[in-house]
Amino acid sequence: MVSIFLSQLLNGLLDGFYYMLIALGLSLIFSLGGIVNLAHGAFFTLGAYLAFVLSPHIGFFGALVVAPLIAAAVAVVVERVLFTRFYREDPLYSLLLTFSLAMIIEQSLRWYFGATPRAYAMPDALRGQVFLGDFIYSRYRLFLIAVAVATVAGVWYLLNRTPFGRIVRAGIQNPDILGTLGISLRPYLSTVVALAIGIAALAGVLMAPIQPVHPLMGVEVGTAAFVVVVIGGLGSFWGVVIAAIMVGLVKGLMIGLGQSQFSMMAIYLLMFMVLLLRPRGLLGERITRFE
Amino acid sequence: MLKTIGRRQLLKTGAAFGVMGLAAPSILRAQTDPIVIAHLTPRTGFLGPMGEYAVMGVDLAVEHINAGGGIGGRMLEVIKEDSVNPQTATTKAERLAERRDVALIMGEISSASALTISQVAARANKLFINTGANSDTLRGQDCNRHMFHVEVQNAMVVNAEGNYLLNNDMVKDKAWYILSADYAFGHDLRNGALAFLERHGGRTVGDDLIPTDATDFSSYLLNIRAAAPDVLISNLAGTQTASFFKQYAEFGLDIPLAGFDYNTVIAWAIGARDFQGTWPCVWTHQVKADGSQAFAQSFMEKYGRPADNQAYLDYMGLRVMADAIGRVGGTDTEALISFLEDPATDFDVLKERRGRFNPANHQLLQEVYAVTALDASEVQNEWDIFTTSDPVPNADQPLEVLIEDAVGGACSF
Repeated sequence: MVSIFLSQLLNGLLDGFYYMLIALGLSLIFSLGGIVNLAHGAFFTLGAYLAFVLSPHIGFFGALVVAPLIAAAVAVVVERVLFTRFYREDPLYSLLLTFSLAMIIEQSLRWYFGATPRAYAMPDALRGQVFLGDFIYSRYRLFLIAVAVATVAGVWYLLNRTPFGRIVRAGIQNPDILGTLGISLRPYLSTVVALAIGIAALAGVLMAPIQPVHPLMGVEVGTAAFVVVVIGGLGSFWGVVIAAIMVGLVKGLMIGLGQSQFSMMAIYLLMFMVLLLRPRGLLGERITRFE
Repeated sequence: MLKTIGRRQLLKTGAAFGVMGLAAPSILRAQTDPIVIAHLTPRTGFLGPMGEYAVMGVDLAVEHINAGGGIGGRMLEVIKEDSVNPQTATTKAERLAERRDVALIMGEISSASALTISQVAARANKLFINTGANSDTLRGQDCNRHMFHVEVQNAMVVNAEGNYLLNNDMVKDKAWYILSADYAFGHDLRNGALAFLERHGGRTVGDDLIPTDATDFSSYLLNIRAAAPDVLISNLAGTQTASFFKQYAEFGLDIPLAGFDYNTVIAWAIGARDFQGTWPCVWTHQVKADGSQAFAQSFMEKYGRPADNQAYLDYMGLRVMADAIGRVGGTDTEALISFLEDPATDFDVLKERRGRFNPANHQLLQEVYAVTALDASEVQNEWDIFTTSDPVPNADQPLEVLIEDAVGGACSF
């Protein structure tokens, strides 16, 4: 019984890394541009469909690289044409904008591919199980987590150890002072949006082999990402990391305790409790500009 | 001549012709106006993929009926609406039921929506033909005199699948782990499965209710592996089933897998590599009966892909109702109810045996099938990833055996 419980906790922890991948981009776009991107889940779906279309030609691993790049290119266009008009405006406008964008992406996918889910087989190289002592786990999921951890570590490195990251962080803290120093935030905003949406698409490619590919697959993921960002605190990198792990652990804990039907409710309850104690989320006190 | 009729008689006759003259356009119109049927089904949300096929089935049926001269010379027209959830279904059903030109309502997949539509239809004294909701309670404690069920009820698939499991020694003294979608439909199937298991001497080692929006099953799969059941039963629903199958294969479990909810569109979404087990189904494109093959072929010609079970149900449901309206000679609700309830009334349901409605609960009694996944190495194309059994029950058994032991309570009209 104890080993089952521990297995569930470990699985919850690993689940958390996957949530982290999607929530991170959402948090980045909000931190720098003040845009609450409700279309994040739709870009996740777009990534999965790109994998579905590209894989027969360039394989799963090729799609893992190319699909996020295509999504990032789309994101640059979206950022230049749409997002630029709503930076530092009332978040309500960007909510409406990105909600419409999500609908357009989903409906376009539905129109072209139909509502019927598409089959996407897992690459043979990643099939099978891995034995970690008593804990048996899916090889594919370990790969997924490795990619997620590497991506999150990469984003951390980019933000904390490079000149690009320093300017982005400065832009998050005080964009006006950055302007007086003669540094334009525009190209940085484009890059951050492209990066964030590229990561969402990467998560979509990673999910395609273990979930049916259909136009609404991003809705559940998008909702979970919002919960993670809200718990962690809008704009906080480490807040997202901690919240994603907490959400995964709570879910695993509930299922481990045999209360699976309450697992989703428990996540919302966690959000409720965190917001009750810390209205800005766990580590959200540093950004006050968008509140 | 005028003299013999008389002035008073002439006036009377003239007035009668006058009235007829005024009424004639409406009489003529009544004979040529299209027969309008409202079709409600979820086309978005987790039941959307099935709804998409339902609409394709309806469109094809309209095409075929009108190409054959309509119903008694009147063309058929169908108003289609997306009933994404029970609230929307209610609002739209109310709007449609209020229309005088709508003869009846059909469709739906969600049992919760079907229940509310049936209530709306009953208030408006119109029929509701359920083509996709399976819950036993709709045929039991929540039954409704105005609701007829073309879709099979849960007891029918539990009995059909249960028969297969019994024959394969997967019930008596065996341990089942049951996963069920946490809403009315899943609860209903779960109750049916538990009752069946108890009747035949099996036991459970796990019984999880899964939230309908859950897409990650890793935690459940770890529990299942730890419980080491003899059989794993899935009563999940919609696209959730596809996620579960893919992850079941991903985790490399080799516990025999079976269950009581099956949709061909979901099997196709899982794909040949990961689809496995044996499942009950109301129809597949592999059913050998001539009528089925003719329908499957025309669907393929129109849409470039085979029909699934939901497309069949909506196609056949509309054909059955067109047949009924034609034979009754109109759309009068009471006349239709009496006709459909008559034990002597039967319909061509494109299968070996003709189907008929059970007057006690308005369920269309019809043959069902067992679908068995092919090994990936035997699969020739993306559609034929399974084989379809001969009709269940056997020809020497009455269709009524399929509705035995339903768990939805007693129906009282």
